[in-house]
Amino acid sequence: MCLAVPGQIASVKDEGRFSRSGKVSFDGVMVSVNLSCVPEADIGDFVLVHAGVAIGRINQDEARRTLALLAQAFDDNPGGKE
Amino acid sequence: MKNVNDKSTDVVQLAHGGGGRMMHQLISEVFASIFDASGLDCSNDAALLPGQQSRIVFTTDSYVVDPLFFPGGDIGCLAVYGTVNDLAMRGARPAYMSVGFIVEEGFPINDLKRIAESMRASAQHAGISIVTGDTKVVDRGHGHGLFINTAGIGFVDHDLVIGVENVQPDDAIVLSGDIGRHGLAVMACRQELALETSIESDCASLAEPILKLIDARIDIHCLRDLTRGGLASALVEISESCRAEIVLNQAGIKVLPQVAAACEILGLDPLYVANEGRFVLFLPAEQVNLALEVIDRSCADSKPVVAGRVSAVGNPRVILRNEYGTERVIDMLSGDQLPRIC
Amino acid sequence: MKFLSEYRDAGSVLKLIELIHRNTTRDWRIMEVCGGQTNTILRYGLDQSIRECITFVHGPGCPVCVTPAETIDLAQTLATRPDVILCSFGDMLRVPGSKHTLLDIKSVGGDVVMLYSPLDALRLAQERPGREVVFFGIGFETTAPLTALAILRAREVGLRNFSVLCAHVLIPPAVDSVMRMPSARIDALLAPGHVCTISGIRAYQLLSAQHKIPIVVTGFEPVDILQGVLQSVEMLEQDRAEMAIQYRRAVAATGNPEAQRLAETVFRPADREWRGLGMIPGSGLVIAREFQQYDAEHRFSLERASIHSAHSEPCGDVLTGLATPPECPLFGRQCTPEHPVGAPMVSSEGTCAAYYRSQRYAATASTVIEDAPRTR
Repeated sequence: MCLAVPGQIASVKDEGRFSRSGKVSFDGVMVSVNLSCVPEADIGDFVLVHAGVAIGRINQDEARRTLALLAQAFDDNPGGKE
Repeated sequence: MKNVNDKSTDVVQLAHGGGGRMMHQLISEVFASIFDASGLDCSNDAALLPGQQSRIVFTTDSYVVDPLFFPGGDIGCLAVYGTVNDLAMRGARPAYMSVGFIVEEGFPINDLKRIAESMRASAQHAGISIVTGDTKVVDRGHGHGLFINTAGIGFVDHDLVIGVENVQPDDAIVLSGDIGRHGLAVMACRQELALETSIESDCASLAEPILKLIDARIDIHCLRDLTRGGLASALVEISESCRAEIVLNQAGIKVLPQVAAACEILGLDPLYVANEGRFVLFLPAEQVNLALEVIDRSCADSKPVVAGRVSAVGNPRVILRNEYGTERVIDMLSGDQLPRIC
Repeated sequence: MKFLSEYRDAGSVLKLIELIHRNTTRDWRIMEVCGGQTNTILRYGLDQSIRECITFVHGPGCPVCVTPAETIDLAQTLATRPDVILCSFGDMLRVPGSKHTLLDIKSVGGDVVMLYSPLDALRLAQERPGREVVFFGIGFETTAPLTALAILRAREVGLRNFSVLCAHVLIPPAVDSVMRMPSARIDALLAPGHVCTISGIRAYQLLSAQHKIPIVVTGFEPVDILQGVLQSVEMLEQDRAEMAIQYRRAVAATGNPEAQRLAETVFRPADREWRGLGMIPGSGLVIAREFQQYDAEHRFSLERASIHSAHSEPCGDVLTGLATPPECPLFGRQCTPEHPVGAPMVSSEGTCAAYYRSQRYAATASTVIEDAPRTR
């Protein structure tokens, strides 16, 4: 459920409270996306797109942290018993 | 309202299918003039062909694609290449084809000319002659614009018997290129999906790589071109026909970045997306490297890979092995794959 | 794809599998509720790779599967009206109502259109002023704000031929309902990532405290699922029942306030029947009175047929994770993807369809299903 895919905002068009929209790029595939739910998101930001609407902005710091924590967990447990 | 005898009608009318002057005019203006060099015999009900020593391969198909014009092709080249490819999959040199048009009243004649021209060019490229044809016109609202039916004849100039009955245990499976282009190219045109991509259909003739494989003395056991239902459906069909267990490696399946992205957005699995210029080849494992080389040299925009192997005969199923070391069984879908939001 | 492919990395997946094995001292049962997470688990065989210590319990996280047959019947009734264009997500088109699917209705002349977004239905309504455009609004908290947006936009532009058949449902009451079942054996929950992107984590903090289980808000890629499992396992092994967020790149504790505001403006919570589970209080959304001109049930004076008892279909046990699909007596026999009895077999996110297609039953000890005829 809730298929939402991360893409990067390439352009923004503000036409009203419910009509803020933009083109979001997914590896070069451009989709027209409604940005009304992410008023803070702007060109260059990554957003999660669900059924043509951006439902949230990707927190890039947290993304980096998640991967760093993962790498840390692997380093802490290289091969012996924990 | 236009005069029914007016020579400059710009859309197809019911009268164009009536067998009278207007039909002859349509055939002459659109088909005869464009297919003339192809060897089209317009004056007789059927084409008389020279006798052959070789075995004959015969196929038929119908084309109902929507939209009729899509990035990388149109219904015309699809019809020609589709016919050529069916012949090539039995190892035949494509030779002759027929084409039947069912046109909806109101269809723009310029579009019909565009499609005929596309067929002429594709036929020339693929080395097949359009020698006979038929035209019918149906009432507005009953024909979806245009349907095309074809039949094709090819000749087998060698001794190989290429067919699913020849699949053997330990056969390697070569896939001629990346998958998913055609289905996504067509789907991206659908207005309601609002995708802008540069994906083009992979619609192409497969005759040349197949004939080159035969020339290179590759012991081809089986060929299948991937169309509707994608790679997964083709392999499941083969698996069930010859009761073989097929193991597919995820690492061997390549998808262009934009195709992959569009599949993610729409919730589609590339394994089931339609192709029109790709095939799988079943052959003895020791000939794989030569086969890869031959296909690479004859296919312009796709890179062949070893996609898997036949692991056993007797337990028909297709298994996909992924990079995490786990496997899942791939089955056919009941119907078309639909975009999803869940 | 950035922020996607990294979470499919084979090296990370294999290491997480190893870490899960090393950090468990006993078997644990972990429920995931979202159909997208179920899909990832089955598709990549994650359940197989950690089956020695983790059993996944697949919860009712497929909104298509839990939409009552009677609601689908209402959509079909609308689709057969000559003035109506019924718009739906692709997911819903092949799901049977009491008798038929929306595709069946389309094949006999009903005007059924597949759309990618509810906003496309607005555009259709503007292009076809002479027709009534009805959007079949299914989905959880993730999708409800989109339907709300469509309704608010319709009001803003004064659209008079657009309405919504609202079938949105909420996850936390359903999870609560499952957890209360006497036969439920769930040690931890992977909470649905995108639902929490919208709603935030508050409801799951309450559930965690109430049922004393660890809950980890988890994403949808293999690394996300396994990291969510690992975080759950760490809490379980330490006997801690807390809430954590694995999907930090997409979930903030407060969720998306703007999206919540949209949904709260247009919808009110209500009791709702879930197909196969029965009535769950406060688990559905209905369109508020102020927007009733956009409510298809009001607009077309639709009467819902009385909804049958929860246990009239055997799907309930599968939907609540009390049984795996092969344990359902109809699975692979009367109920196959070609002849589905219930929605979990036909929906692309349905547990039964996923099991059937990956022939999981062949890998289990059960021999019953292997004899079932394959209908094709």
